[in-house]
Amino acid sequence: MTTKANCGPVWVVAEQVDGRIQNVSLQLVGKARQLADELNASVEVVLLGQGMKDVVEPLFAAGADRVYLGDDPVLNWYHAETYTEMIVSLALKIKPEILLIGSTCTGRELAPLVAARLKTGLTAHCIDLKINDRRILEQWVPAYGGLMSIICPERRPQMATVASGVFPLPDMDESRRGELVMLKAPEAVFDRIRTLDVVRREPETVALESASIVVAGGIGAGDEDGWGQISDLARILNAALGCTRPVVDAGWAGHETMIGQSGKMVSPELYLGIGLSGDLQHLIGVVGARVMAAVNKDARAPVFEQVDYGIVADCREFVPLLIEKIRAYRQSR
Amino acid sequence: MTLQIVVCVKAVPDPAQAGRIKIDPATRTLTRAQVPLAFNPLDRNALEAALQIREKSGARITVLSMGPSGAESIVRECLSLGADHGILLSDRAFAGADAYATAFTLARGIEKIGKYDLILCGMASSDGATEWVGPQIASFLGIPAATQVEELEQVDSQTLRVRSGMENGYRLMEIKLPALLTATRKLNRPRALSFSGIVKARKKQIVQWGLRDLGLAEDQVGQAASPTVVSAMTTRTARRQVEFIEGSIEEKAEILVQRLAQAGLI
Repeated sequence: MTTKANCGPVWVVAEQVDGRIQNVSLQLVGKARQLADELNASVEVVLLGQGMKDVVEPLFAAGADRVYLGDDPVLNWYHAETYTEMIVSLALKIKPEILLIGSTCTGRELAPLVAARLKTGLTAHCIDLKINDRRILEQWVPAYGGLMSIICPERRPQMATVASGVFPLPDMDESRRGELVMLKAPEAVFDRIRTLDVVRREPETVALESASIVVAGGIGAGDEDGWGQISDLARILNAALGCTRPVVDAGWAGHETMIGQSGKMVSPELYLGIGLSGDLQHLIGVVGARVMAAVNKDARAPVFEQVDYGIVADCREFVPLLIEKIRAYRQSR
Repeated sequence: MTLQIVVCVKAVPDPAQAGRIKIDPATRTLTRAQVPLAFNPLDRNALEAALQIREKSGARITVLSMGPSGAESIVRECLSLGADHGILLSDRAFAGADAYATAFTLARGIEKIGKYDLILCGMASSDGATEWVGPQIASFLGIPAATQVEELEQVDSQTLRVRSGMENGYRLMEIKLPALLTATRKLNRPRALSFSGIVKARKKQIVQWGLRDLGLAEDQVGQAASPTVVSAMTTRTARRQVEFIEGSIEEKAEILVQRLAQAGLI
């Protein structure tokens, strides 16, 4: 037994979309459970939304001891000022040791607003979280071709954002129970920002974060035609199509398909990197792929240090042949 | 009543050469490559948004940056692009600031400017890439913020309608001024420098403010006021042993398909 007194709880600010708890929130609850066990602390989740009472069970199953639920029509849509106010006032009372937020579009806005109000540090793009021997949270982030550990030694909570897919979904223990604490929406009206509408399109393609095959293309595609071939390959494999930053800059693909440090995190069974050099900013987004293969015309490209199968070839020649061979293989079965 | 706009910009290590700054595997510190400073790409979108507002309905644009004295060239570039005033917050004491301390110092600079209606920032810097500075400036000033802005339209003199990006969609909001917005690449296409702009900007003065000018103490800025610190660095070593597939290009394709099929992947 540790002689040190328990510290404040490990918090996760969970996110719901249309009443569904997001995967990244469950992944973070799983990680919070590990950290809390090391600290001999509890795991608490803050969830804001409307009509959420019946959907909090997965948070307990993932490892939460307590869920603070704000359930009110004004909380239905994420609202920067209202959400910040509720989280900050509760945090000032409960004094969490650690506060984790998913690196989603709204999470990346909410987290710095909460951190500034709590006068504490916040680390972005974490790819690992560890408790060190001084019981401080090491927040590992990719930087300068390597990794950097950032700590917040004095102020609390220690805050970090983590993208979906960095940590696995925890084993769900359906028998686990916890305490549900209801929160009141603030009485003050926050009307400097008024949300008129939230529009979500059904994604047309396979979601990168949950795809079992990811085809990632780089600037080596050469031009839009070359990019089109890589898209065809992804379609034939029923894979999600991702890209590197230069591809976004070239305008061949949208930012939402970018894999890497400030983009999506993927953990597929198979990762195929085509015409990309293997910049760490990109490869850091490929976490826990089972098999990785890369095609690049330069045998010295750094990507070949990070994959299982390497093919030295011009992707504009190689991809059409690969598509042909995949079709032939499928027909032969 | 002219709209007072402050655009916050950052001089970053030139993104095209930033890869030269690396972690030294032996010392686990940064190798000090001489990388020239450049205008943070998304801050160009922030400045462009300000210039477009001024063209449409009039505004006074003040560019504010915090950085070493070399960052003056970026403020000068903003003046050449059409900004009315340039201010550089520069002081040895500001060094080593994390996002929190940077936002705090910039907020002090904005308060010293005085009246402001709209603050525009790039969504993120190309080096730190945290996206924290914009919203934290808003928090320190006590004004609302909308981040990741893709579209922007003036409703009236006190209200903006903004569209913020979201996973597979967007949020449409009205935000009351004074407010802070962070710009994405989708917001606009930043203009290029013109010769006449460069000539005109030559006459403009760039104001420099240090610690005393902002009325701050040493322990309120820079590393001393940063809640976060770097505690360790490491380089990555190769995680996988690569098997290069050899043969003609057609054979390579054939063999890759076989390997993937054997592994049950396709």
